[in-house]
Amino acid sequence: MAFCLTKAKKLIYNHLKSKMGSLGIINHGNWTHPVSFSHPIPQNLKKPDTFFTNNTTLFASRRFESIIAGKHLDSLRNVFDEIEVLNFPGGKVKFTSEMKFLSESPEERIHCYRVLDDNGQPTVHSNSVQIGEEVAVKMYNDMVTLQLMDSIFYEAQRQGRISFYLTTIGEEAINIASAAALNIDDLIFPQYREAGVLLWRGFSLQEFANQCFGNRDDNGKGRQMPIHYGSKKHNYFTVASTVATQISHAVGAAYALKMDGRDACTVTYFGDGGTSTGDFHAALNFAAVMEAPVIFFCRNNGWAISTPVSDQFRSDGIVVRGQAYGVRSIRVDGNDALAIFSAIQAARRMAIGESRPVLIEALTYRAGHHSTSDDSTKYRPVHEIEWWRVARDPVSRFKKWIESNGWWSDEAEFELRSSVRKQLLHAIQVAEKVEKPAIAEIFTDVYDVPPANLCEQETLLRETIKRHPQDYPSHFQFPL
Amino acid sequence: MATSLRRFGRLALISRNWSGRGFSTSPSGEINSYSNIQQSEGKSINLFSAINQALHIALETDPRSYVFGEDVGFGGVFRCTTGLADRFGKHRVFNTPLCEQGIVGFAVGLAAMGNRAIAEIQFADYIYPAFDQIVNEAAKFRYRSGNQFNCGGLTIRAPYGAVGHGGHYHSQSPEAFFCHVPGIKVVIPRSPRQAKGLLLSCIRDPNPVVFFEPKWLYRLAVEEVPEDDYMLPLSESEIIQEGSDITLVGWGAQLSIMEQACIEAEKDGISCELIDLKTLIPWDKETVETSVRKTGRLLISHEAPVTGGFGAEISASIVERCFLRLEAPVARICGLDTPLSTCFRTLLYAHQEQDIGCNQVNNKLLAILLL
Repeated sequence: MAFCLTKAKKLIYNHLKSKMGSLGIINHGNWTHPVSFSHPIPQNLKKPDTFFTNNTTLFASRRFESIIAGKHLDSLRNVFDEIEVLNFPGGKVKFTSEMKFLSESPEERIHCYRVLDDNGQPTVHSNSVQIGEEVAVKMYNDMVTLQLMDSIFYEAQRQGRISFYLTTIGEEAINIASAAALNIDDLIFPQYREAGVLLWRGFSLQEFANQCFGNRDDNGKGRQMPIHYGSKKHNYFTVASTVATQISHAVGAAYALKMDGRDACTVTYFGDGGTSTGDFHAALNFAAVMEAPVIFFCRNNGWAISTPVSDQFRSDGIVVRGQAYGVRSIRVDGNDALAIFSAIQAARRMAIGESRPVLIEALTYRAGHHSTSDDSTKYRPVHEIEWWRVARDPVSRFKKWIESNGWWSDEAEFELRSSVRKQLLHAIQVAEKVEKPAIAEIFTDVYDVPPANLCEQETLLRETIKRHPQDYPSHFQFPL
Repeated sequence: MATSLRRFGRLALISRNWSGRGFSTSPSGEINSYSNIQQSEGKSINLFSAINQALHIALETDPRSYVFGEDVGFGGVFRCTTGLADRFGKHRVFNTPLCEQGIVGFAVGLAAMGNRAIAEIQFADYIYPAFDQIVNEAAKFRYRSGNQFNCGGLTIRAPYGAVGHGGHYHSQSPEAFFCHVPGIKVVIPRSPRQAKGLLLSCIRDPNPVVFFEPKWLYRLAVEEVPEDDYMLPLSESEIIQEGSDITLVGWGAQLSIMEQACIEAEKDGISCELIDLKTLIPWDKETVETSVRKTGRLLISHEAPVTGGFGAEISASIVERCFLRLEAPVARICGLDTPLSTCFRTLLYAHQEQDIGCNQVNNKLLAILLL
């Protein structure tokens, strides 16, 4: 690239020199030709019109319309126009004599799209997708279930029954509404605070409990810490503790979907902290270049463990990063289920229909601690947590909306809560009693078949256990 | 040979199973057996052309295979991907942005969808930004999901080793880092024929593989290579030369130096048994062990720094198994524990300079050890 630029500069200079000398007039009608930057305008530069007016104008042509000579202008005018642009890969660049640096931030922060106000009332002139009673009620059901699961599993950890837990408190709308707007064929590459997506897709409370207890029935064979869910059946890739490494997987998988001509996209979730990783930047750039149908969903909840966003980045959040990579982006209210639902559905349509990535930044708040290993009151004021929990709770906001539609009642609420609570307690009791995976599972799945060294090590382990049974847990817990 | 054949039979069986698992990868038609390729005559080609042939075959036999990396579209800086984009299209053979962690992350996702993702890292020296993706993602993808998901179709190719003026950043042999990672395989070929057969095995293996190519030999090594589709078994070493006094173990480009050392030693009446390990993990301990039981001596040689190199692992394993049979300490003739110095290349890599006799240093050390 540097080479091209140098070459271009030299050509321009030489040309100027010769023309100025001989003709005394600037005539650069053809200087752009030797520098053959013939790249077409990338599709990604298309201006995203709103989802509701399906009108796609070429961003480039709109942006450069002032330098395109009109048919009625004479050729001289044409010549003077052309000297003011550099034909560069990606499109023409206008020259300017004004030395002006781009501002580090927009004059006003990027606006946040919302549909429901804090009282659950639709804002005037809101353009959102219509959601019917059945879907809305299921969404509310699942948000409540997620909340109850969090509170009961959290308690189970506090009682020492499971080793670890991590809640989604405050982010129920993000979890459930985004899942509701997707198709089951869309593949999820989660971080670790999106259990609700799996819940929406039909992962049972028993399956959640089995994973947290690491028993024989866990899909992951008890190998990972609690909350590292994964389900092939639900197109939900297994959670890893590593932050943001999943983002570029979603791009590769999206490329595969595109190549297979599938009517599906991938969706990857991550937090504000995750956007500081190299993987985030790599993935956005790759997705733009590969034109991959992937939705990047950033849950900007303000906190990466104890690190506030002010210590994380100085950009206007995440949404502004999209344009730098040539990726469409939108900022939504992460506590407004209807806004999330609408944005995801629009993003999905663009991603698949136009083979492009889309970035969504949802503004929200991690109303719980980072995990059971964390006490967030040590680094943030309690009243701040309380304000988000009470005034901006996404679940009660959505409840007000379905109530105002006449789709929900106090009786339904009572029934739902008591029924889910019972199911959760039952799931825990069952999961606790299921035995641990067999010892052989230590050695399987490292490779498709265990190689010689693993077979040897398995034999050695079994012999050692037999020789020193008192030093190992009883056979009941870990069947040989 | 009988053993080789039997083992190859098993490999072929595995390859049939892949298609049953929804991996649309079994090549159509019969793949040559190991014995056939010994007999079948091929054209004399160099190592990069052998890699190129393997990639052609991989793309031809499996519509779900993709080749990508930095500068791959025009044929790659070492010409390994020449002609692939023209033949198979820019959707299957393409450039990526200059970002190794992105390349491997993208490849993991592509492979997780049941594709063969063949990713190129331009130099092994630049693989480290992708280390997290290889160690924490590719290697654990199957295990952590309880075998619900896997990225077994992933193969990462990277040229390694010192040549010419490469200096610190175009010379490294980082194989030992990857040999500490359960869940991946590490494979290094020594010649064009080996490169083609092993690369096809790696691409079709249902596990992620890191495949290091000896860039010193890209143009230098020329060998008759069968033009058809064949695979060489992984995790199976090969006795290149039989001998009775000492066992020499190596891999990749270093074997060409060791072969010369064997010839020199032969003149002094020392009979060397030379083994090409080929697959570093999971490695073929049995062949090395059997050989050392016969010779009573072991020498391991690699270009990477001696400390913490894979030679240390081989040495420890063989001492564990053959302690009473060893007649001398296990010897390691390996790279210095320094970065590679450009100005001292003629000294350190004398074997690569045509005017200097082959590997005098190695041969002298070898002779001392045998006394």
